[in-house]
Amino acid sequence: MKRFPRSTIATTVAGAAAFALILTGCSAGAGSEQATNAKVKLTVATFNEFGYDSLFKEYEAANPNVTIVNKKAATSNEARDNLTTRLAAGSGLSDVEAIEVDWLPELLQYSDQFADLSSADVKGRWLDWKTKAATDATGRLIAYGTDIGPEGVCYRSDLFKAAGLPTDRAEVAKLLGTTWDSYYAAGAKFKAAGTNVPWFDSAGATWQGVVNQIPNAYEKKDGTVIATENPAVKKAYTSVLAASSTLSAHLAQWSDDWTKSFQNNGFATQLCPGWMLGVISGNAAGVTGWDIADTFPGGGGNWGGSYLTVPNQSKHQAEAKKLAAWLTAPEQQLKAFASKGTFPSQVDALSSDKLLGSTNAFFNNAPTGQILANRAAAIDVTPFKGVKYFPINDAMQQALTRVESGTMSADQSWNQWVADVKALG
Amino acid sequence: MTTAAAEVKARSIRRITLSHRLSRWDVRFSPYLYISPFFILFTVMGLFPLLYTAWVSVHDWNLIGGQGDFVGLKNFATVLAQPYFWTSLRNTFSIFLLSSVPQVLAAIAIAAVLDFNLRGKTFWRMGVLLPYVVAPVAVALIFNDLFGDRYGLINSGIMSLGLEPIRWHVDVIPSHLAIATMVNFRWTGYNALIFLAAMQAVPRDYYEAAIIDGANRLRTFWSITVPLLRPIIIFVILTSTIGGLQIFDEARMFDNVGQGGANRQWQTLTLYIYELGWGQRNFGRASAVAWLLFLIIIIIAILNFVITRRIAGSADRKLRIRAKGIS
Repeated sequence: MKRFPRSTIATTVAGAAAFALILTGCSAGAGSEQATNAKVKLTVATFNEFGYDSLFKEYEAANPNVTIVNKKAATSNEARDNLTTRLAAGSGLSDVEAIEVDWLPELLQYSDQFADLSSADVKGRWLDWKTKAATDATGRLIAYGTDIGPEGVCYRSDLFKAAGLPTDRAEVAKLLGTTWDSYYAAGAKFKAAGTNVPWFDSAGATWQGVVNQIPNAYEKKDGTVIATENPAVKKAYTSVLAASSTLSAHLAQWSDDWTKSFQNNGFATQLCPGWMLGVISGNAAGVTGWDIADTFPGGGGNWGGSYLTVPNQSKHQAEAKKLAAWLTAPEQQLKAFASKGTFPSQVDALSSDKLLGSTNAFFNNAPTGQILANRAAAIDVTPFKGVKYFPINDAMQQALTRVESGTMSADQSWNQWVADVKALG
Repeated sequence: MTTAAAEVKARSIRRITLSHRLSRWDVRFSPYLYISPFFILFTVMGLFPLLYTAWVSVHDWNLIGGQGDFVGLKNFATVLAQPYFWTSLRNTFSIFLLSSVPQVLAAIAIAAVLDFNLRGKTFWRMGVLLPYVVAPVAVALIFNDLFGDRYGLINSGIMSLGLEPIRWHVDVIPSHLAIATMVNFRWTGYNALIFLAAMQAVPRDYYEAAIIDGANRLRTFWSITVPLLRPIIIFVILTSTIGGLQIFDEARMFDNVGQGGANRQWQTLTLYIYELGWGQRNFGRASAVAWLLFLIIIIIAILNFVITRRIAGSADRKLRIRAKGIS
């Protein structure tokens, strides 16, 4: 008989409870500490690919008192849900939380929930607009910039070859041209060759390229929502869907099917911000033929880009701030770029030889550093993103998906989007 | 007589001693004390959130910003005017029916089979419970490989037969079927075990008597097992109604966006609450939907209770009449 007598169980339970009390007592007392050598465990929440995996190890080696636990969310949406939930709950956030530029404006409204990260050490570290976007009305800097998303066009040179199109980077750039029309026209040529592979992955991804070139797509500078009356948005909607009807693989971006399509010749081109390089090489592991062309339809474009914040909830704010500052320093960002292609937003890194001389083996040894630097220089529009940008754009993505999946006509779906925007109140 | 009077007097004196009073209180109040932990917990964990949700639902309330102005029933009116509310109500009922009905029927059938004298009884019984142990999110991950629109296992099979693939993530009914399948996978075994436990409590002499009278297995199942399971059937239907109207994990994990589809093809009411509360950060409206869902569940639960009692009751009466006839 291996049954515990009741008294033993009671003692065990009581002991465990007492132990738990001691533990909570400890963690409650640790709040006010400065950056010292006391042992700390820092949690870092990121999404997609930040390229931090080896950096965490490096930091741990240099700071033996710190252990880092990385929580990786699959999508930016998921990270946003998680962040807002825990912000509202008042606990449970990581010590360092990564956020994306699209939903940064929402968080700026509650900037008092985040630690002020401004300090003399980091002054002038980032591109001006990058820092400005993360500074609240009272001048507190709530987030350190990590990467920006200057966009090129990634393409499958093997599929281009099969379609009788040029495969060389420079020639492909010429073929794709610098306007959306020339990009779609190249797609029509590709399609005419009868390769039976769609030109691009989804209307949604193409939309991101187009909408990031509209200065005030959804909101005026004062925050008034103009999304549904803006002729530029309607025009973009119509043109993207017209192209998607013949050229798109109709794969909702980030869906399981989209991820798997990289292994199945799902599509021939993909709008490519720097951070997308890591996503593609991850999903398309084993597939040869990916390359990147130094051009972008409609001029330059920036898609996404992220920041690191330290929430006030963190019990180790000083340590967390130190880690965030270290991770976003130019040297570290260059390493992240080498690993996952997250293009630096730090001024010093942009002119570094390390960046400009870097190549990416997966993309046929393309000089990705130089290409993306050129692409960053080509950006001439900084789109305004207000408080409602994220939900409105999210609803737009779904409007595009409805048309692509054949659930609705373009007009019906537009009308539903208008209703969705109105319902945001 | 004097002795009797003294006795009465003595008794009345004794009645007011402290220990006596305590023991009277003990008898009168202790039972309530013993069951109080549940009710205290329920007040804190159940009743308070319920009332607080009602309080939130009559205010402007931002997820992060907190309480705003009192707006009365405006949130309810706004929500009821949203087409997505009605879509998600439809989806909730559709997924609920597609999951709960087959689930309860399959659970009874499986329980009946497990009730036979099988070899390796414990193995089979544990086997049906196994899916219940798997976390719903893990279930969703596994099933997403089956229900992929383009590269899913099922569609690969269908396409290799030369048929049109099923658009699981686009069309309404297929998406509901897929989600209901995940729910059923998880809960059927659990309900089967509850039924099995009840079946084992049915006295075996009933079956013996019936078999001697020439009833076959099917007949004994319908005429003895089912009527005697009446309370358990009511219990299982009630719990699966409550659970079925609150399906969240499976629907949320069904695609990577988690809002129930671009056209809300499979958005359930709980997902709608989530979208309002966390997507749009409008806690006032989210709470209004939560309260509407609560009312709907109560109505359905009452309806269910009445109907199942009537159905099971009539079967029970038949059994009793038959039993009378036999004797």
